[in-house]
Amino acid sequence: MSRTAILYLNVFVIATCGLIYELLAGTLASYLLGDSVTQFSTCIGVYLFALGVGAWLSSFLDKSLARYFIEVELAVALLGGFSAPLLFLSFASLQFFSVVLYCMILVIGTLVGLELPLLMRILREDLDFKHLVSRVLTFDYVGCLLASLLFPIFLVPDLGLVRTSLLFGICNAVVGLWGTWVLETGLGGGVIFLRIRGVLVIVLLVAGFIKADSFTTWSEDQLYSDAVVYSQTSRYQRIVLTQRASGFQLWLDGNLQFSSRDEYRYHEALVHPAAMLTQRPKRVLVLGGGDGLALREILKYDTVKHVTLVDLDPAMTGLSARFPPLDELNGGAFRDSRVRVVNADAMIWLEQPDEPFDLVIIDFPDPNNFSLGKLYTRRFYRQLKSCLAEDAAVAIQCTSPLEAPRSFWCIVNTLQSAGFSVRPYRVSVPSFGVWGFALAQLKPFVVPQGCRGDLRFLNDRVVEALFQLPNDMQQVATEINRLDNQILVYYYDREWEIVR
Amino acid sequence: MVKTRGQSRGASAADLDRRDLLASFLGASGAVLLEGCQSRERDIGLPPGELVGPSVALGHRIRDGLRLSFPERELQATQVVIVGGGIAGLAAARRLHQEGIEDFVLLELEPEAGGTSRSGQSDIVAYPWGAHYVPAPTREFPALVQLFDEVGVFEGTDAVGDPVVAEEFRCRHPEERLYYKGIWYEGLYLASGASVDDHRQMTRFRAEMDRWVAWRDGRGRRAFAVPVAAGSDDPVVRALDAITMAQWLDQRGFDSPRLRWWVDYACRDDYGLRLEQTSAWAGIYYYCARIPEVGAAARPFVTWPEGNGRLVHHLYSGVRSQCLLGAAVTEVTPRQVEGKAVVDVLGVKAESQQLFGYRAERVIFAAPQFLSRYLIRDYRDNTPRHVTEFSYGAWAVANLTLSEIPQSEGFPLAWDNVLYESPSLGYVATSYQRGLDYGPALITYYYPLCDDDPRAARQRLLQLDREEWAEIALADLGRAHTGIRESAQRVDVMRWGHAMIQPRPGFVWGKARQLASQPFRGVHFGHSDLSGIALFEEAFFHGTRAAEEVLAALRGRVDSIL
Ligand SMILES: Cc1cc2nc3c(=O)[nH]c(=O)nc-3n(C[C@H](O)[C@H](O)[C@H](O)COP(=O)(O)OP(=O)(O)OC[C@H]3O[C@@H](n4cnc5c(N)ncnc54)[C@H](O)[C@@H]3O)c2cc1C
Repeated sequence: MSRTAILYLNVFVIATCGLIYELLAGTLASYLLGDSVTQFSTCIGVYLFALGVGAWLSSFLDKSLARYFIEVELAVALLGGFSAPLLFLSFASLQFFSVVLYCMILVIGTLVGLELPLLMRILREDLDFKHLVSRVLTFDYVGCLLASLLFPIFLVPDLGLVRTSLLFGICNAVVGLWGTWVLETGLGGGVIFLRIRGVLVIVLLVAGFIKADSFTTWSEDQLYSDAVVYSQTSRYQRIVLTQRASGFQLWLDGNLQFSSRDEYRYHEALVHPAAMLTQRPKRVLVLGGGDGLALREILKYDTVKHVTLVDLDPAMTGLSARFPPLDELNGGAFRDSRVRVVNADAMIWLEQPDEPFDLVIIDFPDPNNFSLGKLYTRRFYRQLKSCLAEDAAVAIQCTSPLEAPRSFWCIVNTLQSAGFSVRPYRVSVPSFGVWGFALAQLKPFVVPQGCRGDLRFLNDRVVEALFQLPNDMQQVATEINRLDNQILVYYYDREWEIVR
Repeated sequence: MVKTRGQSRGASAADLDRRDLLASFLGASGAVLLEGCQSRERDIGLPPGELVGPSVALGHRIRDGLRLSFPERELQATQVVIVGGGIAGLAAARRLHQEGIEDFVLLELEPEAGGTSRSGQSDIVAYPWGAHYVPAPTREFPALVQLFDEVGVFEGTDAVGDPVVAEEFRCRHPEERLYYKGIWYEGLYLASGASVDDHRQMTRFRAEMDRWVAWRDGRGRRAFAVPVAAGSDDPVVRALDAITMAQWLDQRGFDSPRLRWWVDYACRDDYGLRLEQTSAWAGIYYYCARIPEVGAAARPFVTWPEGNGRLVHHLYSGVRSQCLLGAAVTEVTPRQVEGKAVVDVLGVKAESQQLFGYRAERVIFAAPQFLSRYLIRDYRDNTPRHVTEFSYGAWAVANLTLSEIPQSEGFPLAWDNVLYESPSLGYVATSYQRGLDYGPALITYYYPLCDDDPRAARQRLLQLDREEWAEIALADLGRAHTGIRESAQRVDVMRWGHAMIQPRPGFVWGKARQLASQPFRGVHFGHSDLSGIALFEEAFFHGTRAAEEVLAALRGRVDSIL
């Protein structure tokens, strides 16, 4: 190959690498920070700007262009190559992820911005300007096209982000090393030293490439296993939606709330036994349940006149109302005129409830901190009593009776101590395991009958069976969860610690 | 911005003195803490706030011998005048009211009733300015159980017959946490990093306390009871009052720094005194009086976001029509009129400066004892010695409104949040007690001034203004919460010159207390300081007791509820 052909090949490789780094940064940012539109557009913007900075800086370099070019190549190889692992690392252990991210984009972009102007000036000696510009830009854009096709089709699915970045780092390093021969005439002294450094960089990157697996499992372990389609940190919690072939999942503060694949089991079991018990629910209260999935089940009853949903986080209820996949899953529940959303702390709201309700569905996150633990206290259930109609039915999600029996029974026992008659039951939800609920009323009752015929999971026989607890889920003695002991949070911590 | 601090950083000598002064309030690392504030001070000025009562100016005028002349024929005749509308005065009024005496008036200097149990109200939550909890009473003090029952805090009785406090009136869990070198720990005893010997001493200390819990005198009385008057006066118990808590610990070889810190904290918290200043009797009282018997749990604290302000509200609402607020008593004169003993009470209304005067058959003096020498005519010229033996500590209290609850490392927010390395007592998470976990928050910061000389403490307290106390609170809490200055929206400050009676050695079992409790020519004394320790139960006890003395005098007999 002629010297110019080789240099054109270089342009092509450099362009591909450059775009790959940009795509990597954008992807990682939207994976880790969520809100992909913003992340992608800011990443691209900053990157393009940095390219400009690099191009501008190139005008200050006058002598030993070839040497600068090779130095830049090796630097890009190192920084770009290790960009993905570095970003993963800093997300896991740094507070200032976005600072690291944008600094990285700036530096890589600036270096990449230096590459082409330098190369063009080197090539100027072999070609007239007209051809130079047209060829270089052609190879540049073709390289970009290749990168943008390879990235989603082959690189991300097959290589993963970490390996992709290392691989293209290696490409950059090879270009640099190879350059020490192609451009040898323009290099002056110290060529051997440059070559040794080039080899070192390649060795480092290859070693990283080989070790990438163990690194990736380590860092992904700390994150979610599936693609993040939405994430947001609200004032109250971190909301993440992930997607996999079988459906999507909602996570609050890293705890799975549902998977669209099997949530119907959970939400049918949560709502219908209570609805059956109260027979013709008219005024319904939902505490928690900002995903709107319990609403969907409630709204199946024509007798329902209005539903008040009290959820702490406007970001959550807003997302459920407006984010199309969620809106679809909850059947547009938030657009139903019978539904009223109140964003408040349920315990504070209960101090002044507005009407007696005949059906109450309580779907709070598990009691893993004191602010949640208070929503499972005797005091809370007593407050609840003040807004119940005489024969109101209450259903409460109570974590897993199999994995966390003490926690489960603590909730049941606490409800009882607050003056409720309680019947615990459980259901199998593949994404969760065995999950527990409590059905409660202010007077003794029997397992309700008369299940609707249009449900995916429940029918009368299944409802009856839900209340038959197997031997490994029988009642255990616990303390009563109170505001002044928050014993449930301690039970819960201990039991799920063991499971994890 | 701190007014007294110069605009430029090349501050004048006076400014530097001022900074040193502020630093001296913050313990060993004071200067560093203030440094931290100052570097950010340019961007973040001090949040606004108010300096709240008590009415120092009027108090000083009374002290300096305010003499009013009031025409005798305009004196309003009334059966009983109560001077002071703190817990004691209100309890006295309640007792009179219970017995059907309506012809009385309660005169309170401040525009609000409650004294050192007063509270305030913000948009977020009501908050305390002083007292904020009472350990749940037991069946041994039925009158107090009755009072709490009226307020509606009980939900039945336990197996031994003691009332059970409903959970919403107890301290919300977690009750306490302690900040030490960058991390919050659960509880108030610094267990993390304690040596085997530390633990051993702690166990031994608890055993000593258990011994006192179990102790009974020849008449079956407990060594330490609620109220104090129900406890034993056995020489063994009284002997504890002869030494300081520090000496008591020394004598028993308790030298564990953590243990001593813990006991010192207890003394500062309850009495505003350090180990070396507190009577061992009072120090041990704190640990033993609220434990019914060995092995039993200590009585839970009854509390509200506004602290004992809730109790003030309850007591006040029962006798509202007989209370005259903003009415400073300036003179109490026992005299004989037509062969009958009466007591003339003169005073001035704080707002209108209008004078008033009453002629009463009896007076209940429910203001602090030290005021008697300025108010009671006979005491002015001839102050009894016992009056001068009452000494009071000085406290600053700040209520901080924050845009959100401060972030913290380690154990999460608790009701009571204490800083190991600070001379303050830390803060009570007032809005947390209200159940508010998100959004704007309010915390109450307590700072006792534990100087050896109470006058020096008062001087130090009053020499700092609102801004400077706010600065101290923010710098102090900044140790544990770096963002607190940014999130502070308001800092309101209360300076209590005579906050609490001090149980220094010799006072609780000395003569002064007994002598001061004796009625003087129709004036019956009822302030909590007569117990030697400043507690709600004692204020309630003495107010009620004084009212019963008056009832007995007026009617010949009374069935005591005490
Ligand atoms: C910062 C602080 C924290 C405390 N924390 C607690 C606690 O948590 N638990 C607890 O049990 N106790 C606590 N205390 C103790 C508290 O003082 C007592 O509980 C109780 O409130 C004392 O009531 P009292 O009526 O005896 O006295 P005071 O509260 O002193 O009442 C005396 C009243 O007399 C009025 N007065 C004075 N002079 C005149 C005059 N010339 N004319 C008319 N009126 C006059 C005063 O304005 C005042 O209202 C605390 C005290 C302080 C200062």
